[in-house]
Amino acid sequence: MTELSYYPGCSLASTARENNESLIHLFNHLGFELIELEDWNCCGSSSAHSVNADIAFDLACRNLSLAPPGRPLLVACPSCLLRLRHAYLKLKTDSSAREHYERTWGKAFDDNLEIIHFFEILDKLDLLSFAQDQIPRLNGMRFVPYYGCMLARPPALRHEKNYHGLIEKIMASLGTTPVKWAYSSRCCGTFLTVARPDIVSPMVNEIIEGAGRVEADCIVTACAMCHMNLEVRCSLKEKVPVLHFSEVLSLALGLGEKKQKGWFSRHLVDPRPMLKAMHLLR
Amino acid sequence: MKNITNNPTNDLIDLNRMDTRFGAEVKQRSGVNFNACWHCKSCVNGCPFSQAMDYPPNGIIRLVQLGQKQQALQSSTIWICVGCNTCSIQCPNAIDIPGINDTLREIAIEEGVAVAEPDIYNLHKEVLNSIERYGRTHKLEIMMRYKLRKKDWLTDFAVGLKMLAKRKLDLLPSKIVDIGKIKRLFRPKQAVWRSKL
Repeated sequence: MTELSYYPGCSLASTARENNESLIHLFNHLGFELIELEDWNCCGSSSAHSVNADIAFDLACRNLSLAPPGRPLLVACPSCLLRLRHAYLKLKTDSSAREHYERTWGKAFDDNLEIIHFFEILDKLDLLSFAQDQIPRLNGMRFVPYYGCMLARPPALRHEKNYHGLIEKIMASLGTTPVKWAYSSRCCGTFLTVARPDIVSPMVNEIIEGAGRVEADCIVTACAMCHMNLEVRCSLKEKVPVLHFSEVLSLALGLGEKKQKGWFSRHLVDPRPMLKAMHLLR
Repeated sequence: MKNITNNPTNDLIDLNRMDTRFGAEVKQRSGVNFNACWHCKSCVNGCPFSQAMDYPPNGIIRLVQLGQKQQALQSSTIWICVGCNTCSIQCPNAIDIPGINDTLREIAIEEGVAVAEPDIYNLHKEVLNSIERYGRTHKLEIMMRYKLRKKDWLTDFAVGLKMLAKRKLDLLPSKIVDIGKIKRLFRPKQAVWRSKL
């Protein structure tokens, strides 16, 4: 087992627990032990940087300060990843920020810390070899990949690793072809879902209709926030189930059959009829 | 977006009322060189929210360039921007537009101007209150407190119940052990973002 520090973030620890559980389960199977960052705090989310840059920076920094040396820090949520990487970049490039960090957290900044998204690990693996029976189970699934805003980064981070096409590439390696559509990187509306559902709902409906138009069985996303918005804000009669990437990969490899029920029962748009019809779920 | 009226003079920017220091302040605080903007409006085409904003993303840059401080700070645009970065990756000059909006929001709060989107601001406050209290966000409480402020219990009531039934909303918060450290981060800045409004 390769050890990785693991930062789940608030969404995976609560609303998207099925995402968290399926991800940990998957990574254990792939030979990685995810060691949760001890006493991690919220990355600051959208709200901190929206109203106070200093608090946003400090909240992200505390998490970086908790990461033990010599182990990469795996981040599950694209938004948390952005916050943590943004703070890390500032620490690397700004000596006064580093001094502030060292004063506040009482330790030296570890500029060897690797902050990685789980895509980066999956990309290097031959996933099908981890399915005991090598059966490409997802053959019949018509899905559309949904990245939301995770492909867009602020200009300061534009030289970081990019994830364009990785869902498609990984899914193709598992024997299924993604369906092309227009909305793979349309923002889900994030926190406006609470304060301005009148803006978010039509946006989400447009995305779901787009998936319906290409006759997708489901939408696959790697972001817990997107997942929630696509489920909660769709006011259409014809809804499309939304699956976490970690759940789909577990299905593809035939993992966690007993646990899967506990994941899919938590979805607000029930994917179970669709999965049963494809014999992916008993 | 803002409706253009038939009387063209209504829409003109009054250059007699320019705050000549404003641009420099925004540039210094955000670290973004917005004068690289060509006003090509790639950002406007990319932004999924521009229809809901009073000024398009590049319009805010123009206001800052022309020292129209109040218009910029009182715009709904700076609050509706969620920082999805769609604009900045489409910008040919890689201008960090969400970064400018972050700075404008901070200045708007500090100067106590009328916030165009009080609900959005209130949500941010409740999220930060939750982080200060627990070190993490407790979504159920954030929603309850937000609704209490707004005195609106009906919107999303059904969704809330469904999320509770699916155990998507935890009843109790997850609180970190070293909460004192988090509380300390908030102390010096409290007055600014919590007051006003």
